[in-house]
Amino acid sequence: MKSAAAVFALLKKDILLEIRQQYSFYGVLLYVASTIFVLYLAMGHPDSDVWNGLFWMIQLFICINAVAKSFLQESRGRMLYFYAIAGPRDYVISKLVFNALLMLLMSIISLLLFQLLMGNPLRDPLQFVGLVALGSVSLSLVFTFLAAIAAKAQQNAALMAIMGFPIIIPQLLLLMKISSIAFSSVIQAGLGQMILLLVGLDVMVVVLSLILFPFLWKD
Amino acid sequence: MIKQSWWKILGAILLAYTFTAGFLIKVPHVGNLYGSIRNLFFHVPMWFGMMVLFTVSVVNAIRYLSKPSIRLDIYSAEYAKMGMVFGILGLITGSIWATYAWGEPWSNDPKQLLAAIALLIYAAYFILRNSIPDMDKRAKVGAVYNVFACAMLIPTLWIIPRMVESLHPGGQGVEGNPGINGKDLDPRMRMVFWPAVLGWTLLGIWITTLKIRFSVFREKQLANA
Repeated sequence: MKSAAAVFALLKKDILLEIRQQYSFYGVLLYVASTIFVLYLAMGHPDSDVWNGLFWMIQLFICINAVAKSFLQESRGRMLYFYAIAGPRDYVISKLVFNALLMLLMSIISLLLFQLLMGNPLRDPLQFVGLVALGSVSLSLVFTFLAAIAAKAQQNAALMAIMGFPIIIPQLLLLMKISSIAFSSVIQAGLGQMILLLVGLDVMVVVLSLILFPFLWKD
Repeated sequence: MIKQSWWKILGAILLAYTFTAGFLIKVPHVGNLYGSIRNLFFHVPMWFGMMVLFTVSVVNAIRYLSKPSIRLDIYSAEYAKMGMVFGILGLITGSIWATYAWGEPWSNDPKQLLAAIALLIYAAYFILRNSIPDMDKRAKVGAVYNVFACAMLIPTLWIIPRMVESLHPGGQGVEGNPGINGKDLDPRMRMVFWPAVLGWTLLGIWITTLKIRFSVFREKQLANA
């Protein structure tokens, strides 16, 4: 019960921080809008395959940009303070939840922009929204943990890309394969299995973060 | 056990057996494989060896996390390095085989791609390690990433390849050359295959123990300097 309160307090702190210092939020938003606009200028209305591939690649880059800073904005002193008032598990849970919410919002915005600018090849938009929610949460979970590792290594953005790209490929492949159902009426074999695998991967990442983060935390 | 020599001798004998019997025994005629089926004794054991070495590496990483010591970190890093070498050799032997069986060395087969991704995941492990100058911090962050990377290998190498269509045996809706599937492996080939797996794995461990001794020695020198 105490831990739930701590998680909630930390989460509230992150959200308040985001609302008060809006530059980082709008920074990511501008990044989303300008990348998709550049894509529109370059590609116009692409085929559904290309649309799908581009969409998930853009999600990947948005995720790196949105999540990378999550462990950097805290100074050493403040980390020590959090260490004193809350456990490492509470701290990492609050970060995971916060980044998942942030990424969810960004993905929905980029989906809207994609629909607006790049045409609408979706046959079943509602289904795709569900997949986007699942996908963005999966991406944000993996990158939150990698951001924690990269923050320890002190060279963040570059290192996160180096670590993140190979690790995220299996998930990204799965997502692209699953989301192809939203474009055509062909029913894909083994769909439930793939979604289950993706959810299983998410659970695994969360459990690993909970187990491994306490080791990273203390110096 | 690791200091004894019997397993090194066993490994050498098994490899000598692999190289003689592997080229001399009669092999079954499967599809368009012809003689290239003998590559089974070299290509497949590389992946077995890689998995064993990565597993030993992650076990040492977990041991490091529960009770930190720089020696365990050296174990973990060296086993991972040797696993990488085995993986690269697996890719090379595989693409030589593919040149003759499938017509080109790299045909974007899911298992080729995912194996390459697995190696990239571990390549990132070494870059991460090299980016941290402080020894204890490097060991800790490295161990955490090692556990994470090993967990990521499970979907990459064990689950997704079984769900997609592949030129390799053991995928979904297999075509091509299914004759060397684990279950229906020809008994004559099995007589060489399993000794080959054991032999290559022992060789990998042997090389790694030598490298570990060298690293520990260098570490001691640095500490005393």
